[in-house]
Amino acid sequence: MEFKTVLFYIFATVLIVAALRVISARNPVHAVLFLVLAFINAAGLWVLLQAEFLAMILIIVYVGAVMVLFLFVVMMLDINIERVREGFWRYLPLGAGIGILLAAEMTIVLTGRYFGLENLPNHSFPADYSNTKELARALFTEYYFPFELASMVLLVAVIAAVTLTMRSRRDTKAVDPATQISVKRADRIRLVRMAAEKEQGE
Amino acid sequence: MDQILAPVQALLGPLFPLVWTLLKIVLIIAPLMLCVAYLTFWERKIIGWMQVRIGPNRVGPWGLLQPIADGVKLFLKEIMFPAAADKKLFVLAPIMSIAPALAAWAVVPFSDGWVLSNIDAGVLYLLAVTSFGVYGVIIAGWASNSKYPFLGAMRASAQMISYEIAMGLALITVLMVSSSLNLSDIVRAQDQGRFAAMGLNFLSWNWLPLFPMFAIYLISGVAETNRAPFDVVEGESEIVAGHMVEYSGMAFAMFFLAEYANMILVAAMVSTFFLGGWLSPIGFLPDGFYWLATKMAAVLFFFLWIRATFPRFRYDQIMRLGWKVFIPITLVWILVVGVWMMTPLSIWK
Repeated sequence: MEFKTVLFYIFATVLIVAALRVISARNPVHAVLFLVLAFINAAGLWVLLQAEFLAMILIIVYVGAVMVLFLFVVMMLDINIERVREGFWRYLPLGAGIGILLAAEMTIVLTGRYFGLENLPNHSFPADYSNTKELARALFTEYYFPFELASMVLLVAVIAAVTLTMRSRRDTKAVDPATQISVKRADRIRLVRMAAEKEQGE
Repeated sequence: MDQILAPVQALLGPLFPLVWTLLKIVLIIAPLMLCVAYLTFWERKIIGWMQVRIGPNRVGPWGLLQPIADGVKLFLKEIMFPAAADKKLFVLAPIMSIAPALAAWAVVPFSDGWVLSNIDAGVLYLLAVTSFGVYGVIIAGWASNSKYPFLGAMRASAQMISYEIAMGLALITVLMVSSSLNLSDIVRAQDQGRFAAMGLNFLSWNWLPLFPMFAIYLISGVAETNRAPFDVVEGESEIVAGHMVEYSGMAFAMFFLAEYANMILVAAMVSTFFLGGWLSPIGFLPDGFYWLATKMAAVLFFFLWIRATFPRFRYDQIMRLGWKVFIPITLVWILVVGVWMMTPLSIWK
C-alpha cells in the first residue's frame, strides 16, 4: 500500500466522522467546529488529487472567513436544543428521501459508467505544473463571460445584504453631525421685542 | 552533505525521509522558540529604554536569563479550569493558536534552497495556515464561558478577518509582479531590474515600486498579530486580557508564544515579499541567511517601536482603517500595477 493511500484513508475517515458529528453534535458551536474539521480534511483530499489551488482556497475562504462568521453568529444565538429536536420524526421521511437521492446521484457519478470516468486522461502532472496558472488562464480567457457574470451576481448579493441590514434604530440618541452643523442661528434663537417697563412710584 | 547522509539513508531505509524531515522541523522550531523567548526579553528592554527605564536586569548577566526564568515559572504553575468552561475546547484553544504559527514556517525560504517544503503554492499555503490562527482566540473566548474573553473573541474574529483581506489583496500585487506563488521565486524575482544592474539591489526590491502595498502589508501584519496599537483583542484597560483572562500557567504561555511566533512570522513575510528575503542590499556583498535575519530583526524592532509609541486604536477606528482605507487603496493599486505592467514602462520583464 502506498503512503498516499494511507493518507487518503486517514483523511476520509476523519472527514466522515466529522461530518457525522456535525449533524449529531448537541452543541451548535461544536457542530460548527466539526464542520471546520471536515473542511480541512476535504482540503487534504484535494491536495492528494493534486488540486492544491482548490484545497488552499477551500481553507482560506471557508475555514478562514465563512466559518469564522458562522461561529460568530452561532456563539451569539441562544439556541434551545430541545426545541430544535422537536420536529425530528416529522421531518425524517423528507430528509431520508433527499439523503437517498443524493446517495444515488453520487453513486451514478462516482461509478463512472455514465460520464466515462475511466476514459479520462491520467491524472499526473510534472512537478513544476501550476494549476493556479492553468485555472486562471481558463477563467480569464475561455470562461471570462460566466466568470464576470458570477462576480456581478455576487456584487448584487453584497448590495442586497448591505441594504437589508442598513436600518437606523428609531430610539437611537446619536446625533447626525450634518444636521448639527447646518443649524442656523434663526432655528435656535428667537429675539423677542419687549417694551421697557417703568418702575412704579417714580 | 549527500556523502555524509548516504550511510544514514542506507541504515534507515524507507524511514529516512520521515526522520530527515522531522530533524529539519526540529532545526526550524527549536531556534524559533529561542527567538520567541528572547523577543519577549528584547521587547521589555526596548520599551524600557524608550520609557527611560532599565528593563529586566536581575536574572543572569544583563538580565539575559529572564525569559528562561519566566518560562520555568509558567511551567510550574497550575492550569486552572473555570467551573463553567467547556473543558475540551478550553484545552484545544491554545493548541489551535500556536500550531498555525509554527506550521507556516514550512514554506519560508531562509536562504537560496534552504526551505523545508519548496512548494509552488507557497503563498496560498501561508494564507491558508495563518487564517487558522483566529480560531485559537475565538475558541478560547467561547470555551472560557465568561464575559471578557467572549468580548475579546468577538473583537478578534471581526478584526482578523478584516485585515486578512487587506493583506491578501496587498499580496496580489506581489504575485502579479513576480508571477509566481513560490516564495523562493518571489525573492529571486526581486534580484533583477535597473537598480540591481547598477549594484543598488535594495532599490530593486518590491518595497519601492509597491510602496503603498508594503505599508499596508506591514500595518495589517501588526493588526493580524493583535499587537499594539491594534491590541483591542487583549485591551488590558478595557477587557483585562481578552481571550486569555481565564488561562493560567503553560496554557496562557502558549497564547503568548503564539503571538510572538506570529510576529516573527509576519516579519519573515514582510522581509520575503517586500525586502528581498535573503538577498544582499548592495551588489558586491554575498547573499545569505544573515540578511534575512537582519531584515526580520529590523521589522521586529519596528513592531516594538510602534508599541511604545502609539496609543491603542478605538475599535471603530480599526474597522474604518481596514475596510474604508486599506481595502480601497489595495484595489486601486492592483489596477495601477496591472496597467503599469502592460505599458512599455513596465519594470518587471
